[in-house]
Amino acid sequence: MKSQVKLRKYHAPVWSEPIIMEMGHRGERGILIPIAEDEIKTAVGDAESYVPEEMQRKELPKLPELSQPQVLRHYQHLAQETLGMEENIDISQGTCTMKYSPKVNEILARTPQIADIHPLQDEDTIQGALQIIYQLDLFLREISGMDQFTFQAGGGAHAAYINACVLRAYHDANGELGERNEVITTVFSHPCDAATPNTAGFKVITLMPDANGYPDIEALRAACSKHTAGLMMTNPEDTGIYNPRVEEYVKAVHDVGGLCFYDQANLNGIMGVARAREAGFDACHFNLHKTFSSPHGCMGPACGAYGVRNKLAKFLPTPLVGFDGEKYHLDYDRPDSLGKVCEFFGNVQVLLRTYAWIMSMGADGLLEAAHVSVINNNYLSKLLMAIPGVTKHYAEGKIRLDQVRFSWEKLEKDTGCGTLDVQKRMIDFGVQSYHTSHHPWIVPEPFTPEPCETYSKEDCDYWAAVLRQVSREAYTNPKIVKTAPHNAAIHAINRDILDDPKRWAMTWSAYLKKVDNNR
Amino acid sequence: MVKKESVIYPYIPNSVPEIKEEMLKEIGVKEAETLYREIPNNLRFKRKLNLPKPILAEWELKRHVMDILGKNKTCEENLNFLGGGCWQHYVPAVCDEIASRSEFLTAYAGEVYPDLGKYQAFFEFQSEIGELVGMDVVSLPTYSWGCAAGNAVRMASRMTARNEVLLPETISPERLAIIRTFCKSAVRKAHIDVRLISYDSKTGLLDLESLENEISCKTAAVYIENPSYLGFIESRSERISKIAHDNGAMSIVGVDPISLGVVAPPADYGADIVVGTAQTLGIHMNCGGGSVGFIASRDEEKYVAEYPSLLISISNTVQEGEYGFGICAYQRTSYASRDKAKDWVGTTTGLWTIVAAVYMALMGPCGFKEIGETIIQKAHYAIKLLSEIGGISLPFSSNSFKEFIVNFDGAGMSVTDVNKALLSHSIYGGKDISREFPELGNSALYCITEIHSRQDIENLVSALREILK
Repeated sequence: MKSQVKLRKYHAPVWSEPIIMEMGHRGERGILIPIAEDEIKTAVGDAESYVPEEMQRKELPKLPELSQPQVLRHYQHLAQETLGMEENIDISQGTCTMKYSPKVNEILARTPQIADIHPLQDEDTIQGALQIIYQLDLFLREISGMDQFTFQAGGGAHAAYINACVLRAYHDANGELGERNEVITTVFSHPCDAATPNTAGFKVITLMPDANGYPDIEALRAACSKHTAGLMMTNPEDTGIYNPRVEEYVKAVHDVGGLCFYDQANLNGIMGVARAREAGFDACHFNLHKTFSSPHGCMGPACGAYGVRNKLAKFLPTPLVGFDGEKYHLDYDRPDSLGKVCEFFGNVQVLLRTYAWIMSMGADGLLEAAHVSVINNNYLSKLLMAIPGVTKHYAEGKIRLDQVRFSWEKLEKDTGCGTLDVQKRMIDFGVQSYHTSHHPWIVPEPFTPEPCETYSKEDCDYWAAVLRQVSREAYTNPKIVKTAPHNAAIHAINRDILDDPKRWAMTWSAYLKKVDNNR
Repeated sequence: MVKKESVIYPYIPNSVPEIKEEMLKEIGVKEAETLYREIPNNLRFKRKLNLPKPILAEWELKRHVMDILGKNKTCEENLNFLGGGCWQHYVPAVCDEIASRSEFLTAYAGEVYPDLGKYQAFFEFQSEIGELVGMDVVSLPTYSWGCAAGNAVRMASRMTARNEVLLPETISPERLAIIRTFCKSAVRKAHIDVRLISYDSKTGLLDLESLENEISCKTAAVYIENPSYLGFIESRSERISKIAHDNGAMSIVGVDPISLGVVAPPADYGADIVVGTAQTLGIHMNCGGGSVGFIASRDEEKYVAEYPSLLISISNTVQEGEYGFGICAYQRTSYASRDKAKDWVGTTTGLWTIVAAVYMALMGPCGFKEIGETIIQKAHYAIKLLSEIGGISLPFSSNSFKEFIVNFDGAGMSVTDVNKALLSHSIYGGKDISREFPELGNSALYCITEIHSRQDIENLVSALREILK
């Protein structure tokens, strides 16, 4: 079965697009805008007269001048030079749950009834939007066991930041903030679980894995004290291993008066199977652009839906959406709220897609998605473990859930081809570059696929066959792996430039000033 | 065993029982349930989730959702004068087209080789914003203008090793609330104190005397906005930057780039860091979901080191003449350095970044000049006509860009009542700011953009005349 997969012949589109800043000709126009009518001009005169002289722009911005078809063509080409989830078997980006975003939900999200409404409209005129938000809150309460959600976070890290701010507000309200200045996380939790509490002013203690890959519980117990503000962790962690003693971790932190946050950016494998509430957590978050099907959009707009138990609800950002039995409303009257972390009340178009997706799945469908994601993962794992050079660390004999952190350590030792080499070679077969691991790399030469329920058995077979081919090449012709990519839109880039202040350039204007340094 | 009533989910190929069986067999277990054996029984969720019965057929789902959305009344069906942090500008069809390209819509965090186009579009966004604001470094955007401002204040605080920021009292209360959140710390001594500088009650402009009195060797930065939340252009911006610099503080300026075809780029009047929205650049309002904010600065190592955001640098490849791209100074980010990073970064607003790049390319220099001019003329036409209505006054409006205050004190009607009445004319009146700025009385913040025709403005005026008579 495994050897029957025929790898496709693939080459990425190559358009060698110039930078838009060097395209076009003086005088070309991409769009005309509605200029003020003559009557208006006559009545008010020149626009200039309303801009104080010292604040007038003296020189036009050096933006490109292109006609509309040329602008469109340029960005269509750039789109083609991007490998979307819909264009490939995107098992590659583990921890990201590259699941299918149903097209019908996209059509719904683009209707003027969502796209062209203003958040400050009279509540009577946005009852539909408020209903979606309110209902989604109820759905997520049921899925998590939490008592109240906020959607103000535009991404998962943003939700983790809300949590850090809730920790601050909660301990402040108890008069203990001065004392409680430590947050504990685990090294296999997302970097945001360490970075956001640090930004909020906490000292961060990071637990390393024990011999079984679980966060070291003795280290946790040693870290817990009257200074503990809270714990921020995932489970299963990026390794895919469910930590069966999670309750004990939660208890250890609760015993010293800390709060426990469950980073559930990726809930996919345990949706409807296990909830934050039963494990004792005080708060959790879901990435609606991962588990809940809203598209990833080249890194957003997204949503980190953040939920808490009742005792923390009063601290959530303002406003929340309420319902009095007849009408939905925005509740701004929340004196204990931590305030705001973003304007308005969330990426409503993302919430709409999530609402529609949950409505299309129901309880059975969510559970089916979880089951199939775990089946897919264990099936793929079996295929990958048969590939020369692949190993996995920790928890021998334990069943992983939605993903596995594999290692090319052996391949690297045997052939000199490490995970970054494989990552560059695999795209020559038309699949997205895989996620290696968040930093630091605890598992050497890591890679982390996630075959969520979107992917068929044949997709899993194909993806495994790509890695099998790259492994074979590493053992027989490592040069082809080392010099990859060969079928991408560009060749190996010069990474030194990215860290060199004399040569890096974040804008075309900076590039023009430094272009000689790059020769 | 095949259950007859099994649902085959169109989004789940392996929901076909036979396939599942086959895969389970390959794995070596009998049922999916076995795969969950690591989860202790007491942590298992025992019952079925209590969710509404699913709507399986796509048509029925669409109908169900459209019925709910039908309760929203859009700014296409009604005449909208709301702004205040989310603005209705025309979204060119090409922007919608590129926003719906499946590659951009569904890609995520892939490396530059498979996702070259994404990286290039990001670099182009940075380059175009750089031209508008006059800076050589621009970040990939964060969630919103307020978040960008909060990040910038924290950058300035680290760069100056000072813990205080001065802001105008006229700042958007929403952006202020976000900045306050970002400036708080669990440790008292690490707080950045947020202090408000009063404004001239006749013009709305920042009171320079108060600024001079308040600024000190503790001040990390002075933050102002152009145009301000209340719509006027801060005419003495250069003086404000100079006062900041004279006191060893940095000058941070927040902008709406749609104004920058006619209003001076902040770099020209002394800004050290520029932040702003990009929602006005081809992005639908989305009930607030169109928010996006950028940060920009000079190209100096000490600035780059302080950005929390991803910064895309252009590079080259082993092939002569080929452009490559990558993340500049990645080690600085929290992705690389976790709690050792100075701030945090995450998934933000990539798709809007690309759409804004398209918008700026379509508009070009002439488009920005014309849109700035037309907005100013239309806004001042509205100001002129409204000022002729008895009972209405328009404070601070002589230097307005697109927003301005309409005060109804003389008319003896609350903004709430005026707006309710306008609604019956299918008009969304300006944002009620009478609670945000009680000293400004019974006032609303109106917004006029290029989408408002002369007729639209006159319709507003006649509706108000009728309501206030």
